[in-house]
Amino acid sequence: MANVGIVVVSHSPDVARGTADMVRQMVGEEVKVAWCGGDPGGGLGTNVEAILRAIEEAWSERGVAILVDLGGAETNSEMAVEMLPEMRRSKVVICNAPLVEGAVVAAAEASAGSSLEQVRQAAEELCRS
Amino acid sequence: MDELQDHTPKAEGKAVVQSVSGLHARPSLALVKLAKRFQSKIEVSFDQAGPWTDAKSIVKLMRLKVPKDATLYVRAEGPDAHDAVRAVLGLIEGQASSDG
Repeated sequence: MANVGIVVVSHSPDVARGTADMVRQMVGEEVKVAWCGGDPGGGLGTNVEAILRAIEEAWSERGVAILVDLGGAETNSEMAVEMLPEMRRSKVVICNAPLVEGAVVAAAEASAGSSLEQVRQAAEELCRS
Repeated sequence: MDELQDHTPKAEGKAVVQSVSGLHARPSLALVKLAKRFQSKIEVSFDQAGPWTDAKSIVKLMRLKVPKDATLYVRAEGPDAHDAVRAVLGLIEGQASSDG
């Protein structure tokens, strides 16, 4: 089964794209990574539809780990998860980790074939000293 | 000490880090992925006396900031401990052209 996928959600499309670039530099094509950022008008922000598309793009039966930056990115990601079909909802987690480092570490863990829970734990380990 | 532990295979060794930039992001990931293929607990340290770091944790391994030419001690405990140590030492010594 394919590795856990990674979704990067930032208020800034530049931050999201750059973070996804760093993830690919680390793990290449072994892990699917999708990103979204910015509001439809071209400003800073996040929106639920774009997050849902990113989840779809990064989808794996092993699950998807979402990394977010600030406030709205998290609440919109939570809303996106709630809107998923019930079968998929339990296979998506939002990691409590810094966006860039969390995405890189989560993808690294995913590339080793780890479970969704292991991927989440690896990213969240960043916050523990 | 638990008596059962006495029957668990253990192995250890040391190697000099060859990766040009030390064990930075991608060399660390290569080591973690290799370590995770083994059942045994695998740890690394700058010193034979420890402290020991879990070689299956990308976060802990990157936090060590292992530089090139550092001597890294490797120890493993578990059914495939000997193979694990041999493989990890081989990787550490063989990463001469790696970047990251």
